[in-house]
Amino acid sequence: MIDHDTAYSGLLDGDSHGQWAFGTSFDDPLAGVDTTVPDDVDTAALARYCLMLGDDALIAAQRLAEWNTRAPELEEEVALMNVGLDLLGQARLLLARAAAADETVVPHISDTSPIPAEDALAFFRSPDAFRCVRLVEVGNGDFARTIVRLLAFSTWRLAVFDRLRTSRDPVLAAVAAKGIKELTYHRDYAARWAVTLGCGTPESHRRMVDALGVVWPLVGELFVPAAEELTLAEAGVGVDPRTARDEFDRVLMRVLHAADLRAPDDAPPGSVTATTTGSSATTATGSSATSSSPATSSSPATSAGSATSSNAAAGSSPATGSGSGRQGQHTEALAPLLADMQCIARADPEARW
Amino acid sequence: MPLTRNTHGAAETVPDPDMPMQAVTDLGIARQLVDAVPDPEMPILTLADLGIVRDIEIEADSRVVVTITPTYSGCPAIATMRADITRSLHQRGYRDVRVDTALSPPWSTDWISAEGRRKLRDNGYSLPGPAPRRAAGPVPLTLTARPRALTCPHCGSRETRLVSEFGATLCKAHYRCAVCLEPFDHVKEI
Repeated sequence: MIDHDTAYSGLLDGDSHGQWAFGTSFDDPLAGVDTTVPDDVDTAALARYCLMLGDDALIAAQRLAEWNTRAPELEEEVALMNVGLDLLGQARLLLARAAAADETVVPHISDTSPIPAEDALAFFRSPDAFRCVRLVEVGNGDFARTIVRLLAFSTWRLAVFDRLRTSRDPVLAAVAAKGIKELTYHRDYAARWAVTLGCGTPESHRRMVDALGVVWPLVGELFVPAAEELTLAEAGVGVDPRTARDEFDRVLMRVLHAADLRAPDDAPPGSVTATTTGSSATTATGSSATSSSPATSSSPATSAGSATSSNAAAGSSPATGSGSGRQGQHTEALAPLLADMQCIARADPEARW
Repeated sequence: MPLTRNTHGAAETVPDPDMPMQAVTDLGIARQLVDAVPDPEMPILTLADLGIVRDIEIEADSRVVVTITPTYSGCPAIATMRADITRSLHQRGYRDVRVDTALSPPWSTDWISAEGRRKLRDNGYSLPGPAPRRAAGPVPLTLTARPRALTCPHCGSRETRLVSEFGATLCKAHYRCAVCLEPFDHVKEI
């Protein structure tokens, strides 16, 4: 018989011996899924593309997890954790898919490493190897900023996934079809809160205006295609994010209008391009003490936009003019986030239960 | 997966695949066993009730191949389900078991069986309505609470209030009855 009554007995489970001690310790999320790539598809490009979409979800999920035990209300905490868990699930599928397409993207840890590919990708890459957009790196700030970031992220990702449903890669098509149902709930959640806060008190309205000021400069990057996105869009496998822009603009216009808000500088949503907003005196340029890689230190400087930073406006506004997250050039907020996420796994990489 | 303990407190051992044993190859019994595995999150339901068992077959070499589908991408119960299926079949003498995942088409609450719906209702859950059908064009934005006509599973009142679209597990929304004031879970239609 199967007994789920006692959590402790699971620790003694004979089946688990030899399991890697960190990460998911779950089975391969793509077990039994045919991961064969169509003949004419560039597998290296496909792997990098899956890392982009997977890293977006992974980092967004990690940020949301930082609200655990700190959200304004228990119900909102549960909601944010649910959203993060959905995104973590998408990340697992996409990182596993990246490894299946091209195993050379997976960091080599040792010849005897028990670490599954998806975990090796999540825990053993340095910041410059991540391919997420900068939007997801932004520190949580207050609840308003988290809502604005989630609104922008889920609206964009839903529009991209909706176009990915017809991908010639059956795995990407399936991940997208499943993700659409989840992202629809995420976007509705963020949009309703945007209206509630925008039309709430003067204080909540002011916080939304401030949040838009931080998040908006990061929106333009969402619609700048990386080389892999163009290659794979051409091949019918990926999505050129520019094709998602009209839908993004329409949705954001509708939400902001209902919320009695407007995009900063009256610019239409998504139209912010290569402009720097690093005007705050507190954003020392060029210094990257917390960054562990040369590539991140070359990115335009921001103050440490980690979860502990309460500096709202200056927190994480990067210049979007030079490079992008897709090229491994990130805000300084990413390295501390990864240090937090990866430190235990890296302390003893091959620990087993 | 937790071990079951016998009356002496000793752990039962998993059947050793190398142990001489006549391989069991009855497909009908295998199907019954898999269908009867309880869902780890809502153990009142079986995997068959939930509609996540896609396929069971027995290959020429006596290996049982079970194909299941996750409810949500991040469903943390899927690993336990796989282990429970394997354990259940091992215990009845199916020596070689593989559990595969099918991602497409994505799971829908429409696949919850009539028996599953009955059990949900009997246990105080509010039942999912029909899964939303996509019209052509972009996914519509819903700025107000989804119009669900729900009945409180405790007192039968129709005056219910949405607390949150996100509840105790990925598949549930959180409601409260305006009359008896009790909270209840609504299984979200997807």
